[in-house]
Amino acid sequence: MTIAETENELIEEFALFDDWMAKYEYIIDMGKDVPMIDEKYKDENHLIKGCQSKVYLHSEMKDGHIFFTADSDALITKGLVAMVVRVLSGHTPEEIMQSKLDFIEKIGLHEHLSPTRANGLLSMVKQMKLDAAAHSALAKK
Amino acid sequence: MDTTLKKESTVTEFDVENIRKEFPILSVKIHGRPLIYFDNAASSQKPNAVIKAISTYYETVNSNVHRGVHYLSSLATDHFETARNVIASHINASAEEVIYTRGTTEAINLVAFSFGEVFIKEGDEIIISQMEHHSNIVPWQMLCERKKAVLKYIPITDSGELKMDEYKKLLSSKTKLVAVNHVSNSLGTINPVEEIIGLAHAKNIPVLLDGAQAMPHMRVDVKELDVDFYCFSGHKVYGPTGIGILYGKEKWLEQMPPYQGGGEMIKEVKLEKSVYQLPPLRFEAGTPNIEGSIVLATAIDYMNSIGIENIAAYEHTLLAHATKELSKIKGLKIIGQAKNKSAIVAFTIEGLHPYDIGVILDQHGIAVRTGQHCTQPIMDVYGIPGTVRASFAFYNTIEEIDLLVEAVKKTIKMLTK
Repeated sequence: MTIAETENELIEEFALFDDWMAKYEYIIDMGKDVPMIDEKYKDENHLIKGCQSKVYLHSEMKDGHIFFTADSDALITKGLVAMVVRVLSGHTPEEIMQSKLDFIEKIGLHEHLSPTRANGLLSMVKQMKLDAAAHSALAKK
Repeated sequence: MDTTLKKESTVTEFDVENIRKEFPILSVKIHGRPLIYFDNAASSQKPNAVIKAISTYYETVNSNVHRGVHYLSSLATDHFETARNVIASHINASAEEVIYTRGTTEAINLVAFSFGEVFIKEGDEIIISQMEHHSNIVPWQMLCERKKAVLKYIPITDSGELKMDEYKKLLSSKTKLVAVNHVSNSLGTINPVEEIIGLAHAKNIPVLLDGAQAMPHMRVDVKELDVDFYCFSGHKVYGPTGIGILYGKEKWLEQMPPYQGGGEMIKEVKLEKSVYQLPPLRFEAGTPNIEGSIVLATAIDYMNSIGIENIAAYEHTLLAHATKELSKIKGLKIIGQAKNKSAIVAFTIEGLHPYDIGVILDQHGIAVRTGQHCTQPIMDVYGIPGTVRASFAFYNTIEEIDLLVEAVKKTIKMLTK
């Protein structure tokens, strides 16, 4: 599935909810399925500093594709992390770097991208793209 | 509308419904629900009097101050200096001791720089506390780094009060300044500032008070306190953002060098050397926030029209009700249980992250602050990632607090499913 296809899948899933509560419950549920980061990577190097909730992110390259694992101490943040991981994991560095991630706005979660929400989602997306760039540079060496 | 209440009026007479009508933003809807604004410690909402004064200034007064000979410039200067008098009189200071700044942060930075330049030397000590806002920590850390001075911290108790015995032990011949908050922004503690000042003055040590959280809630008399420096922000006292006040005793201000150079703060500029103005203009380089200064006086007039004592009494009932009702919630712990508190209730809920609670409360239309509230050292003391903080103003109601309590219960249910 391409990044755009997964994004569309998420948009369709969220279209089923007509109230905010169900939407947030779904986000929290998704957090439970996030590919969990290995405890050994839960250190300063893997910490994405949002102001309020902690997000740990790790990436690995396998056969030209990047796979992310993550965790967060806040449920909603963890759900948001899980969504982005679901969209980006398993793709090539180039695909990840070029992704626009419109789905966040399309499912009405753009407020979480605002830097003032400080949940680290914005920094997380940036970090994933930086990781992708780093893996890509390493692969070309 | 006459919102003036007599001093002897009781809290039951406090006409909150009519007061609310003065604040247009209180009728907006957030996520389809009526706004419940409990983030007043971060910034308060503005009454019509303040909103209107801003446009009146630009419609009828706008011009630069202390410069032109033309009518408008003189009018603007007149308003600007009259405002200074209003603000000075509100805190019982003289106008020469009242400096316009961008806010509390700039006021503290000004003292850290200018007072620090003259009075702080290598090996000197500055005492602050563990419950300070970052604005009353970082400027002193920067100063200490610059001057090789030492920063000492008054520790706090589990209930969120300063350990006064420790404070007494910290005061020494090396101490050159004590800088603490009057009211804690994240715990709500009202500190025993009279005692803090008395103990410091007994050793000839000046005291700076960060009054950002005190000014909206209580009468502050700088002469009675005998405080050396007092700082507060306009936007927390129902006035505009970008304006604040530094009060400084004349004896200190006249010995302090300018903080910034530029227009307005100089008496004479020659290519070899410039001669600086006397305080307060010495500390007001460049075109000031004229509108903000004038409208800050409007905001103070507005608060006085309601009566600071009435505000304090009414907010106390809000605090008591919120504390009582929130405490009944299982797993909820109030952080900051000082005996003497301002209208702030900060709490944690066992097993839940403050961020999650804040996001869900927002969906209920309730604006609270979550996180560390720019007081990381406090969170480290309690070993928590942050708190949820509800901070009240005199336009809040008991009903709103009840809605918060219900929303918190629903939030816990939803997040612990």
